[in-house]
Amino acid sequence: MRPPSRVREMPILRVIARALVPVILLFGLYVQFHGDFGPGGGFQAGVIFAAGLIIFALTFGVEALRQVVSVVLTERLMAAGVLLYGAVGVLAMFLGGEFLNYSALDPLTTGHHGQHLGIIAIELGVGIAVAATIMRVYYAFVGRRLDGDGEATEPALGAEPGEGTP
Amino acid sequence: MPPVELLLMLLLLATVIVVARLKDLFAAAMLTGIASLLAAGLFVLMDAVDVAFTEAAVGAGVSTVLFLGALSLTSRREKQQERTRILRILPIVIVVATGAALIYGTWDMPAYGDPDAVIHHHLAPDLIAETEEKIHIPNIVTAILASFRGYDTLGEVVVIFTAGVGVALLLGGLGLRRRDAGTEEES
Repeated sequence: MRPPSRVREMPILRVIARALVPVILLFGLYVQFHGDFGPGGGFQAGVIFAAGLIIFALTFGVEALRQVVSVVLTERLMAAGVLLYGAVGVLAMFLGGEFLNYSALDPLTTGHHGQHLGIIAIELGVGIAVAATIMRVYYAFVGRRLDGDGEATEPALGAEPGEGTP
Repeated sequence: MPPVELLLMLLLLATVIVVARLKDLFAAAMLTGIASLLAAGLFVLMDAVDVAFTEAAVGAGVSTVLFLGALSLTSRREKQQERTRILRILPIVIVVATGAALIYGTWDMPAYGDPDAVIHHHLAPDLIAETEEKIHIPNIVTAILASFRGYDTLGEVVVIFTAGVGVALLLGGLGLRRRDAGTEEES
């Protein structure tokens, strides 16, 4: 495979990635918060958001992405997404409803806004968990080296050349 | 079958046959992504936009990147290996038998888009009638996944989380992690 350093010297790739990545991230947010009205939702949004960041890593290097989203941060966000989902369910219980009964989130009206709020909150939890998980899996693949048994290290896809054990 | 569906189906068939025969793993990984994109196109034509969305993003996007990431750890071409005659014939026999069984199974299914099919008369009419009134959002799919079946979706998110933890533990990337933790402590 062509060395990644050469990929990052290609001006066409860099220019297109620079223009595309913000649009992909924005589209991910649109899919996230428009899920009640159109197709999509937390899962698709999380995947699109993570894919946008991975395109960034493929063109500008994993190091550049890790300055924005560190590996530790992805692990924390994975848990935070699941916990946000569960917390909405528990909150509904505290407000007098059943677990995950969003109508209880808004006791003043007949529950219209509660349903809306609950769905937006849990979809956000799904989106965060999915995006962080995909980033973490990508880091796991990229961070893997053949140096365990003394073989020559080959830079993984998108990784900095010469990057080895710390 | 309408011409657009037929065209996509034929392209999909051609793609998967080429993937099975290719020795160049890089080209095979890219063609797998194209197969996913064609499948996503078929899902759109069947009005399953949510599924198409997922197929395009996961199948064509992320999994192709992960294939390439795995490829960068191995060689680009499949190793030539001597195979006995039975090993050459057995896979195609299994594939043909499985395919034949699946096609036989479709004979019992209702025609595609048949409004009298059982599946359209069980819960679907109630959900279509009551979603607007109970949940107050227009997307019925989201209402079912997030609200009516919220508990199931919570389970799915936990599955994704568990899968991520499993990959992190098995494949590691611990070098990256340690250095991140180190820079965090320094700063």
